[in-house]
Amino acid sequence: MTRLARIVLPALFALLPLTAAADAVPTDMDPASAARAVKLAEKLRCLVCQNQTILDSNAELAVDLRRQIREQIAAGRTDDEISTYMVNRYGDFVLYQPPVKATTLLLWGGPALLFFAGFFVLIRNLRRRPGAEASLTAEEHEEASRLLAGDNRKPDQ
Amino acid sequence: MNKKLMIPLVLFLVLTGFLFAGLWRDPREVPSPLIGKPAPQFALAQLANPAATLGTADMKGQVWLLNVWASWCVSCREEHPLLVELAKAKLVPIIGLDYKDEARAGKQWLTQNGDPYTTSVMDRDGRVGIDFGVYGVPETFVIDKAGTIRYKQIGPITPEALEKKILPLVRELQKS
Repeated sequence: MTRLARIVLPALFALLPLTAAADAVPTDMDPASAARAVKLAEKLRCLVCQNQTILDSNAELAVDLRRQIREQIAAGRTDDEISTYMVNRYGDFVLYQPPVKATTLLLWGGPALLFFAGFFVLIRNLRRRPGAEASLTAEEHEEASRLLAGDNRKPDQ
Repeated sequence: MNKKLMIPLVLFLVLTGFLFAGLWRDPREVPSPLIGKPAPQFALAQLANPAATLGTADMKGQVWLLNVWASWCVSCREEHPLLVELAKAKLVPIIGLDYKDEARAGKQWLTQNGDPYTTSVMDRDGRVGIDFGVYGVPETFVIDKAGTIRYKQIGPITPEALEKKILPLVRELQKS
């Protein structure tokens, strides 16, 4: 039983994402259009439950918007036209991948900016750090060799 | 004190400032791209008289409110008394968009709670709602004489929003 479960359960779990996606696949479409509809719905945010895509969400609005996507694909609209249709109504917020423009420049450039700032600070610190040997004075050097030789008394003792 | 040691502290304070300000922002309030744009055209069957329609074109030349409501909408009950009050004052026509609702349920709801609407129209399948970018009923739009959307209230109208934003805007638009 346990061995069987060990084999069967992961297999069943592996099928889960397929069943979830299957809900959104419209039955009256050719496979290519259906794939497009799923792809588009994956890129759009459901505004009712904001952390789900239109594809994932069961909110009524998401159902309606999936219907809109299907209808517009059937009407021969391109993916860009459908995205624009959604943005015109709900704003850039519907797009999971925000467009690059003046207001989102920091959002897109931020990671690179942070990376280069970090890199710059790192380089500067490494350059500034003097070599370990050079920093010892002659006196310190002497003390160090004494300590290494096993004599841990201070010189004046 | 070492100036360098201040840098992380300053960065921390800036970050905390942003996070603190974020506590008071409602993530559900998404700025509408429709503000300043012409209201989407529609002509829908009236709730009380399905044989007749009413739409954007019929309201040209006057300032009006479009209130999206539904009998199934819980927070609509919250703003409803306010709308009934507003209707009594007869300051501005309020058109109701009965969103994804059954006509019978909608009519019954208005009988029970009072009908503040000049006219209500039926958006049975929610298509006009989508054109208006509706995602959280109730929503209220202020539309000017030229048919341009000037303001959008997401969620129930609060007395504060009505007094401070909606009514002053309506008065100003009516003057022009």
